[in-house]
Amino acid sequence: MSNSGEGGKMSRKKDLVDQSMTRRDLLKAGALGTVGVAAAGSVLAIPGLGQSSEGAQGKASHHDMMTVGNLAPGSFDPSAFLTHFDTGIVSRLPSGETLREYDLVAEDREIEVAPGVFYPAWTYNGQVPGPTIRCTEGDRIRVRLTNRGSHSHSIHFHGMHPSNMDGAFEPVHPGQSYVYEFNAEPFGLHLYHCHTVPIKRHIHKGLYGAFIVDPKGGRPAAQELVMVMNGFDTNFDNENEVYAVNTVAFHYQKYPIRIRQGELVRAYVVNVTEFDLLNSFHIHGNLFRLYRTGTDLSRYEWTDVVALCQGERAVLEFTYNHRGPFMFHAHQSEFAELGWSGVFLVEAPHV
Amino acid sequence: MSKVELPVKPDPTSSRTGTLKSPKHRQNGMPLWFKGLAPLVLLAALVMLFLRVGPVGVFQQSFPPVEKLTIERIRLPAHGVMEIQLVNGGPEPVTVAQVMVDDANWVHRVDGNRTIERLERRTITIPYPWVEGEPHRVSLVTSTGLTFAGEVAVATLSPSVDTRYLTTFALLGVYAGVIPVFIGLLWLPFVRAIDRRWIDFFLSLTMGLLVFLGADALVESMETSRLVAGAFQGSALVLLGVVATPLILAALGRWRGGVQRERTPLQVAALIALGIGLHNLGEGLAIGASYATGEIALGTFLVIGFLLHNTTEGLGIVTPLADQRPPLRSLVLLGALAGIPTVLGAWIGGFTYSPALTTLFFAIGVGAIIAVVHELYKLFHRRAGSGLAAPLNTAGFLAGMMIMYGTGLLVPA
Repeated sequence: MSNSGEGGKMSRKKDLVDQSMTRRDLLKAGALGTVGVAAAGSVLAIPGLGQSSEGAQGKASHHDMMTVGNLAPGSFDPSAFLTHFDTGIVSRLPSGETLREYDLVAEDREIEVAPGVFYPAWTYNGQVPGPTIRCTEGDRIRVRLTNRGSHSHSIHFHGMHPSNMDGAFEPVHPGQSYVYEFNAEPFGLHLYHCHTVPIKRHIHKGLYGAFIVDPKGGRPAAQELVMVMNGFDTNFDNENEVYAVNTVAFHYQKYPIRIRQGELVRAYVVNVTEFDLLNSFHIHGNLFRLYRTGTDLSRYEWTDVVALCQGERAVLEFTYNHRGPFMFHAHQSEFAELGWSGVFLVEAPHV
Repeated sequence: MSKVELPVKPDPTSSRTGTLKSPKHRQNGMPLWFKGLAPLVLLAALVMLFLRVGPVGVFQQSFPPVEKLTIERIRLPAHGVMEIQLVNGGPEPVTVAQVMVDDANWVHRVDGNRTIERLERRTITIPYPWVEGEPHRVSLVTSTGLTFAGEVAVATLSPSVDTRYLTTFALLGVYAGVIPVFIGLLWLPFVRAIDRRWIDFFLSLTMGLLVFLGADALVESMETSRLVAGAFQGSALVLLGVVATPLILAALGRWRGGVQRERTPLQVAALIALGIGLHNLGEGLAIGASYATGEIALGTFLVIGFLLHNTTEGLGIVTPLADQRPPLRSLVLLGALAGIPTVLGAWIGGFTYSPALTTLFFAIGVGAIIAVVHELYKLFHRRAGSGLAAPLNTAGFLAGMMIMYGTGLLVPA
């Protein structure tokens, strides 16, 4: 799927684009050559990135290394997931504490992990990753898990809590439900996932999500993004066929994340990739402040690559001073080529 | 298949068909054609019913889809272009969702619908910057996430249908097939001059050569049968070729000769030439295909290997003619019959490699060799004073096999 920005090549590349085109894609700023306009907002229209390579040895561009086609209409949208935080139903307890209540439903659902590639997932609330649960340090958290799936499941939160709220020893059987209740501590970037055996399968089939506990005073204002690095073993050979941030291969390459020049961006990066020892996060043309686990507001490392073990996470803060498209991807090239790469499109600052 | 046959077995009409055999019941009621066709009509009705409403009862449960894609060939028609030819040999339609090359997703074009029905074929074109001389792996990801892999052993430009290619293979066929067979034929004066028991020796040697070639072809056909898409039943093709060919050749012999007569030595020689020719056709297919996919380089060494290997085939053809004075024209025809199929095979194999076809040709080669060895053995018994177990003849037989083995060392598998 590529649009070179040159008329002749554009029409030829159009043939590579498959039949189905949804209205959503047309709305996505003419990502396809069919629209015929090199519209801003689509990385595919950016000069220098969209050179067609057909028939020219050694001249492939990043747009040849790509999935073809589009997701089915109504599929999970990683662009929406990126900035969606579930802060729960908020009320105040007699003690004065803030109570946040969340409902999670475990259910079996087939999800699309690359255009046309369907994966029989186990999900929280029908999506992979599950909703990003967000609260503030000291809040009372009440999460009701209802299991409508075909297997037993649980929720294991990272953080500090009583033993029976840990989700490791209390499998919730199909048809049953369980309430996890604890005080959110410490602040930082955590995660939650199913801890039912066999754990490997329960995790790689999709039962995980980000769990953000904000410090009491909050963090500096920024454009905030949730990025869950995951993979899918679609043929069940204990190796991933698809890698991504937020499930869909190459999604943010086709639909770049727009950020503003000079504005602070904060990425909550969680690694839940199964089967591979490490995953990593690398940004182009810039460095980021790396707050490991997000549990310390002052100490950070300044770098442009971070490797995270499965379950490890980090808060990344950066500001772009140059405009234009910048790639971000796993620095394991294999992962990047199997879907884990995307683009930040840095645009002029708000006037 | 079994879905359809299972419910048919208890069909009560099967007992009635038994009455066909006994003449005294001929007259009762229905005409003969009806009795013959009734089970078929019933079968057709049942198949229609199943197609319409689905299998009743046992098969109602929803099974996960069984997907079977076979990558038949990966061509590299130009620099930066890769072409995958595939066939759906499984029971269910398969949708190719994505394509990976060397573990990377890649854009591509499918010449038709992405959903491939049973026995349908597709060609997928990928603009991939492949690297000369290095291996590449492709993997097709279906809609259910299953993957089907294929490999380019050594990347090199695939030949296109042009005169250069045709000439290359014509020359290869001539070098590897035609010339050696004709050189082998030049042994005719020699076998005519030698002592009788040495002729027996060379006949035994010929049988040894042929048995070796037959076994070789059988192994080849079994190997390629594994590449055949499921629905085309590779092993059945092997059986078909191996069993049907000698039967047909035997039947042809009878039909030509009216009553069963012994074949003349020239006929036996022709049969040997035909058997060797069929074997060489399969060999040509394999060479053409390997060359086209870059798996072999047609070096001097390979051609010399074939030259030596196939010269002995010529000896096999002329040995039965030891007592004869065949016209030159016959000899030329014999040589052509044995050698030219190499050229044809190479042409076919280079352009449209089909594992099914290659399997079948190899199997036919095996069958032909079985028929030939049988004929040769009969001829041998008619004329030989001593049997195959006589030390000299046994030595000949083993020598034949050893020669093939030795010269085979020069030809990479």
